[in-house]
Amino acid sequence: MNETALIILGGALATYASRAGGHLVLSRLKAVPPRLESALDAVPAAVLTAIVAPSLLTGGPIELLSLAVAGMASLRFAALPSFLAGAAMLMAGRALFV
Amino acid sequence: MSSANSEFLAGLKAGMPIALSVAPFGLLFGALAVDNGMSIGEAVAMSGLVFAGASQMVGLELFGQRIAPWLIVLSIFAVNFRHVLYSAAIGRRIAHWSGAQQALAFFLLTDPQFAVAEAGADAGRRLTPPWYFGLGAAFYFPWVAETGIGAWFGRLIENPKGLGLDFLLPIYFLGLVMGFRRRANWLPVVVASAAAAAAAVASIGSPWHVTLGAIAGVALAAALPPARAQ
Repeated sequence: MNETALIILGGALATYASRAGGHLVLSRLKAVPPRLESALDAVPAAVLTAIVAPSLLTGGPIELLSLAVAGMASLRFAALPSFLAGAAMLMAGRALFV
Repeated sequence: MSSANSEFLAGLKAGMPIALSVAPFGLLFGALAVDNGMSIGEAVAMSGLVFAGASQMVGLELFGQRIAPWLIVLSIFAVNFRHVLYSAAIGRRIAHWSGAQQALAFFLLTDPQFAVAEAGADAGRRLTPPWYFGLGAAFYFPWVAETGIGAWFGRLIENPKGLGLDFLLPIYFLGLVMGFRRRANWLPVVVASAAAAAAAVASIGSPWHVTLGAIAGVALAAALPPARAQ
């Protein structure tokens, strides 16, 4: 099997495991320990931050500015308009200065 | 019209507004998948089988960096790990459904599926299989179709860098991180993860920054006194 198929099938199984597994495992516990719950709660923000962090180091001024625009916009607006604001900043910056 | 039909349509209708607002991300996933070296068929298969937007984007980002498959699968699992909480919550509400219905319900358990189903149940709606599957259909079929359309158009893009395609994922991920900002201990977790990931990139190098950055944030969250979300 090629690598792409492996990633897709592995990703599908891993995702399904997380979606069915919570019911199968956590429902056996009477209560989720608070520290476990805090840890689980932190997982998505931690993983996604770790994935973005290198682009903060390697990005040029236009890239950093587009991240700043999207980040600021997300304080006030929903996900889609914030993303579009950052993307527009990136495209405009590259069209004008690169 | 039978009541199962009207329940299915009610679920479909409940999902429409969110399905429309995530449509651009389906198109984006398709276009970026092709840009990162997947075929149209592979992109559509990933959307149809994994069906988890954020983790698919993560998979793509790491796929583009030629990272080992097992580590990509692990990262997809980590990003989707929050679903265990949804699963535990929804699982209680659908415990009386048939085994096959429950199995399908868990496959469809995305963020918006959970949010709308929980909100509906809180508002007193009885969670019936046709309603839940109607809601799931509103999210699933457009997502898969948008991936195909995005991938098709992605093939036609001649200058992906000029369009900024190479940097759209970091912007998208930042938005997701910001979306979690009301959770307990969000800021310390984000700072710890960013610092550990940056240190790992500078010392050991990619791809370990993902694992080490995530571990730093999660460990800190477990160590801090449990705080209430704001």
